Amino acid sequence: MANVAEANPVTNTAASVGGPSWTRWLVVVVPYIWLILFFVAPFLIIFKISLSDTAIAMPPYLPTFDGFGNLGEFFSELDFENYIFLTEDPLYIWSYLSSLRIAAISTLLLLLIGYPMALAMARAPSSIRPTLVMLVILPFWTSFLIRVYAWIGILKPDGLLTLLLQTVGLMGPDQQVQIFRTDYAVFIGIVYSYLPFMVLPLYSALEKMDNSLLEAASDLGCPPWKAFWKITFPLSMPGVIAGAMICFIPITGEFVIPDLLGGADTLMIGKTLWTEFFGNRDWPLASAVAVILLIMLVVPIMIFQNQQKKVV
Amino acid sequence: MMRSPRFDATVLTLGFAFLYIPIIILIVYSFNASRLVTVWGGFSLNWYSAMWSNQGLMDAAWVTARVGVLSATLGTILGTLAALALTRFARFPGRMAFSGMIYAPLVMPEVITGLSLLLLFVAMGVDRGFWTVTIAHTTFTMCYVAIVVQSRLLTFDRSLEEAALDLGCPPVKTFFKITLPLIFPAVIAGWMLAFTLSLDDLVIASFNTGPGATTLPIKIYSQVRLGVTPEINAICTILIGLVTIGVIAASLTTKRAELRRVRDEHLAIRGAES
Repeated sequence: MANVAEANPVTNTAASVGGPSWTRWLVVVVPYIWLILFFVAPFLIIFKISLSDTAIAMPPYLPTFDGFGNLGEFFSELDFENYIFLTEDPLYIWSYLSSLRIAAISTLLLLLIGYPMALAMARAPSSIRPTLVMLVILPFWTSFLIRVYAWIGILKPDGLLTLLLQTVGLMGPDQQVQIFRTDYAVFIGIVYSYLPFMVLPLYSALEKMDNSLLEAASDLGCPPWKAFWKITFPLSMPGVIAGAMICFIPITGEFVIPDLLGGADTLMIGKTLWTEFFGNRDWPLASAVAVILLIMLVVPIMIFQNQQKKVV
Repeated sequence: MMRSPRFDATVLTLGFAFLYIPIIILIVYSFNASRLVTVWGGFSLNWYSAMWSNQGLMDAAWVTARVGVLSATLGTILGTLAALALTRFARFPGRMAFSGMIYAPLVMPEVITGLSLLLLFVAMGVDRGFWTVTIAHTTFTMCYVAIVVQSRLLTFDRSLEEAALDLGCPPVKTFFKITLPLIFPAVIAGWMLAFTLSLDDLVIASFNTGPGATTLPIKIYSQVRLGVTPEINAICTILIGLVTIGVIAASLTTKRAELRRVRDEHLAIRGAES
């Protein structure tokens, strides 16, 4: 079935559902307009506001658009001040770099944990595979926020991990686990929350792999570990790339996990943006932070999209 | 394939333990009589009754349910249309851009999506509240629905559709009589996914919410920031329970529908051949 889809996803346009009439036109235009209005247009606006100045008003920025008559004046008030400010204050640069570092390390950890899981699932008897997939998906259906919250109770200095370690005697009664509100807690939270996103693309790449290649390798005397690096891993590359991108991109802009599990010194750009917006009410600066983040993520997003088109 | 069952079983056990133990602990402690996380004070339903009488929490739950149902329904309609456009129409102006707009929201950091939509609403002079959150959720959930429905549209047997069209059935009627019933399990799965994503969202809702439209995640988040309370465990347990029941029920019904569909397809094809 997959082969048919890959061979030619779009055939037989003449006899398409929707038909060559106005209904057909509607099928395309309705979602198209929705996405342009609520996904593309906001990016143009965020860019415009990143060039504006903060004002004590509602909305809290200047200039506001007041008719085409004043268009010249409107444009003359836009400038790159906010961007210059971002490059001058090391806090922002560190936030960006630290986000990329945390996202890169987390993605690597996710691969190291997710790959053996996906491989074990793909090798499991085919009768229990759907159950295993279901077990990976189920935590994903439970709220992100709840799952992060669950870790607070475990990692707190007076939490369950401390209790466990004290009970088994690895820790004295006056010692406490010092993980909560550090980068380690952030890594745990991210790996925990994103694991299904890593395992599922890896599993779907590994599951459809042709076993005869591995059998041939083994018949010809290739040791299993070598067969893995020469055959299994290269063939699972589409899954690795898809999983890595699906995790890396949103983690870079992650807010909830560093906010709830991270410390005051955990710098992540999603948190910085949130503080600028909700704390300092500086909408133009928050917009500039978002625009730079978006520019940083353009390349990973393009890689992700190309990968998805190939998979479909 | 090379097999090392013991290694695989260990990996899976550890992996699933990692995924499930925190959730199980959370559920267990929602029944704890003590307020402290590390002290077991006996079984109690106190936190459930405390939650029940917390008006703010109940109001937020009601808002969340309404936003979820509405945005999931809108998102499912738009997403199904988008999936049809992507799979059934080879060429239309801006097809590349269209598929880009479907995939990009899946990975876009929520802070960017949330902030940019808010700025759009402010620029349009729309008051923030129930509808802005609903529109925001519709926009990102429709992309997930489009992906789910698209994969179904790509794999099903087109001959039934073509037969109906050849026999002179109008395209719109063909869609409702043939295509929609065939892709229905995927549409339902898409709706469920959209609903849970809406139920789950904190960041986008925080940017786009207004007075009287506080959703449950926003409420939970503000309480979590003040510290862990078993009341939150109670509401989380109820949410987990609802979602688990929903997912299991949906997977059972879609499995049954899938079996019936395959049988019907076979019958139809055999009928056509004889």
